[in-house]
Amino acid sequence: MRIGIPMESAPAETRVAATPKTVAQLIKLGYEVVIEEGAGSKASYPDAEYVEQGAQIVGRAVAWAADIVCKINPPIEAEIDAMSEGATLVAMIAAPRSPELLHDLSEHGLTVMAMDSVPRISRAQSMDVLSSMANIGGYRAVVEAAHEFGSFFTGQVTAAGKVPPARVFVSGAGVAGLAAIGTAHALGAIVSATDIRPEVAEQVESMGASYVGVKVEEQQVSTDGYAKEASAAYAQAAELMYAEQAKVSDIIITTALIPGKPAPRLLTEEMVASMRPGSVIVDMAAGSGGNVAGSVADKLVVTANGVKIIGYTDLASRLPTQASQLYGTNVVNLMKLVTPEKDGVLVLDMNDVVQRGMTVVSEGEITWPPPPVAVSAVPQQQAAPVAPVAKETKKRNPALTWIGLGICALALLAMFWVSPEGLLGHFMVFMLSVVIGYYVIGNVSHSLHTPLMSVTNAISGIIVVGALLGLQSVAGLGGGTAILVAVMSIIGILLASINIFGGFTVTQRMLAMFRKA
Amino acid sequence: MTVTLISGSYIFAGLCFILALAGLSKHETSKRGNIFGMVGMALALIFTILGTVLATTGAVIPAAPSWAIIAILCAMVIGAGVGVTLAVRVEMTGMPQLIALLHSFVGLTAVLVGWNAYYEPLAPGQSMGLHHGELFVGVFIGAVTFTGSIIAYLKLSEKMTSKPLMLPKHNIINLAAVVVIIGLTVWFVIDPHLWQLIAVTVVSLLLGLHLVAAIGGGDMPVVVSMLNSYSGWAAAAAGFTLNNDLLIITGALVGSSGAYLSYIMCKGMNRSFISVIAGGFGSDGAVTGEVKDYGEHRETTAPEVAEMLKNASSVIITPGYGMAVAQAQSAVADLTSKLRAQGVEVRFGIHPVAGRLPGHMNVLLAEAKVPYDIVLEMDEINDDMPNTDVVLVIGANDTVNPAAMDDPTSPIAGMPVLHVWEAGTVIVFKRSMNTGYAGVQNPLFFKENSMMLFGDAKVRVEDIIRAL
Repeated sequence: MRIGIPMESAPAETRVAATPKTVAQLIKLGYEVVIEEGAGSKASYPDAEYVEQGAQIVGRAVAWAADIVCKINPPIEAEIDAMSEGATLVAMIAAPRSPELLHDLSEHGLTVMAMDSVPRISRAQSMDVLSSMANIGGYRAVVEAAHEFGSFFTGQVTAAGKVPPARVFVSGAGVAGLAAIGTAHALGAIVSATDIRPEVAEQVESMGASYVGVKVEEQQVSTDGYAKEASAAYAQAAELMYAEQAKVSDIIITTALIPGKPAPRLLTEEMVASMRPGSVIVDMAAGSGGNVAGSVADKLVVTANGVKIIGYTDLASRLPTQASQLYGTNVVNLMKLVTPEKDGVLVLDMNDVVQRGMTVVSEGEITWPPPPVAVSAVPQQQAAPVAPVAKETKKRNPALTWIGLGICALALLAMFWVSPEGLLGHFMVFMLSVVIGYYVIGNVSHSLHTPLMSVTNAISGIIVVGALLGLQSVAGLGGGTAILVAVMSIIGILLASINIFGGFTVTQRMLAMFRKA
Repeated sequence: MTVTLISGSYIFAGLCFILALAGLSKHETSKRGNIFGMVGMALALIFTILGTVLATTGAVIPAAPSWAIIAILCAMVIGAGVGVTLAVRVEMTGMPQLIALLHSFVGLTAVLVGWNAYYEPLAPGQSMGLHHGELFVGVFIGAVTFTGSIIAYLKLSEKMTSKPLMLPKHNIINLAAVVVIIGLTVWFVIDPHLWQLIAVTVVSLLLGLHLVAAIGGGDMPVVVSMLNSYSGWAAAAAGFTLNNDLLIITGALVGSSGAYLSYIMCKGMNRSFISVIAGGFGSDGAVTGEVKDYGEHRETTAPEVAEMLKNASSVIITPGYGMAVAQAQSAVADLTSKLRAQGVEVRFGIHPVAGRLPGHMNVLLAEAKVPYDIVLEMDEINDDMPNTDVVLVIGANDTVNPAAMDDPTSPIAGMPVLHVWEAGTVIVFKRSMNTGYAGVQNPLFFKENSMMLFGDAKVRVEDIIRAL
């Protein structure tokens, strides 16, 4: 089958749905790939590179007439008309917000796979464009903020005076939020973050920010991997927290989105007014209503008190080369899933939750919304009652352990008291050697277990010394006993020698085999 | 020759052995470690032999008769010949058996040394009772090591069924044997007779036999490591009997490092360390009748697998004992280098208890010249499983069993396993649908994304290479 990659028609769009690298992978899956002339030019992928990887450069009409069309933004009417009957469209559709588009697509008898409707299960992560684009958006949000911010991010002490570090507050610790935290932290700012789901505190801290919670008796446990709308009591407590953060922060980045609903309002006009002049707010949700009062989609707004509110919705497009590569890889992973035979024939399996979830129009029939998919949370709940039991059995009473150790020490002391002097010297040697033996192999590399065992085996052949001493004592014995002892000693020497020589040789052989690439 | 010179050489030998063990903990220093071991052993041997045959100032016992040097050299040359031949001839897959067999020699030697000590004259100032007590401990440990190792050898080389021997009340039998041995030791210390020595030897031999016979083949890696530790303790006991510090140092080193190694392995298998040291720990491995319906498994063919591998970008191979049995390591290494040459990322995921010996798989793969930096441990690779296109499970079963995580009633519940089922596709190389060593059915085989490739692992891997 033929895959067509048209140029994006949205004016600000710089990305492209396939890069030379992903084209090569698509061809490997058995597809023929055609690219509209200049499709990748804004993302720094010239036509020649596509040709090099085996794609054909074609005109607009040909690209749209392919069996499968992969693009980024939802198609406009003219584009839908240009598609051939029964073709498949792979793009971001925003299905919940665009019933007319779905209707149009179904009237043309198309099959549509929405890249933004990938179910949030681990298996589908590799094709989740929302994640990969949010990652880029979070990074770019910080870069945009830094561009508008009048000071350093990192604190410095210089000959010209001390520079305080910037305080960055990130709201929403999804992929975008976490990416923003990581980027701001890397630039040297002091970062704090919040999220409606308290379980992400750990992830926030792992990225280098401190977690700011909302103090309220309500916890939201996510079953589908997305955040939900919050209750009134929570909202009140959250408002208080945001008001406090607004006063102390230099830069605020909001990423709160609820799928299928307008974005929640997090920062009110008063909060924005309470910020210092020169502060920057990046509202990553400006495209779906905005988290911040006064933000305008795709615009930079400066408030009366000098706070800059950035409402760009094309953050990912501002990094077109990287964004195209990630989007393209997501598309390749999808094609891998729907091309089980790797023969260039797309086969949809509607029993597969991932494919079912993404298919919003199937052969002219609207199949949105898909049946709900529950993610990992359920098995976690089942596992919970088991875990504490297992832990209890492992837990020991520390007092008992100490008492036991004390008794052992006393018993040993009593034994030493009655034992002859010579023995104690040997015992000290023995004890020290036990401890050394334990520590010396403490961090043995896993792959060396067998050689270690065979070398200790060779070393334990030191018992030969005992047999040698036995032979020596023959001199002091007489008659039958002497012969018996001599014979036993010689047998002992022979056996121990097998061990010594065999053990060292085998270890040498094994070690000689290990090599590094 | 003086006594102090001999003792001085023992100090050097002891240090060499410590450096040997320390060196063997890292790849970079491992060869140096082995050389230290040899140097230490050479020092100890040369000075002991010289001390034995030359008149030594300060020594209690006179030098051995003049024929002794010839006897010693003959015995050592024969022993060395046998040892080196065994070591050079052994297939890497037969390594566990060889090591078990070598342990038995140490055990037997310890028994002989103990018997000798019974006949030898006492050093002045040595307590008769103490000497006899130490002697009994040495004979006891030596005898248990001897027969235990022999059984382990027979089980590993499949000359004997690897199923655990289930005598009724086997725990009572073990306990009774220990009580008898302690009783005899006390009696011997108070009033020594030859028959007590014979009795304790026989009972200890039987105890060693029974301890290891009661352990199933699946637990043999821990047994071999445990016997390694026992052979060290036997040497240490002989050192106490003979008043020889070198024996004590070396024995204790080997004993404690072996015990710690066993402990590491027990953690890998989620078993209790105490019950391993006590032996017979495989005893509760009796599996209840499996009546659960797991659904159907799917079969695949070598050309199909080759096609999948060709199109994969990342492949993980998880080998198990089956790879060793089929001698498939070279074929697997060939497959690896072929795929790597085609730009496929191939790595190995090794479960800590894969095979019948700790690190068994690493040794086999090293023999087949698989570079060791693509051979990763379970913990290092488990997180990468979801991003992997194809996992080849070659002769592993229990170590990739999802029941260990999902099914709390499973006999292997709680054992850490390789999460192979998280990968795109899992190909399981297997001879038949029979269960693994733990005797547990493996739900992995019935998962949607897994396929079975039946037959001898080596032949199948070679088929795949041909199809590539």
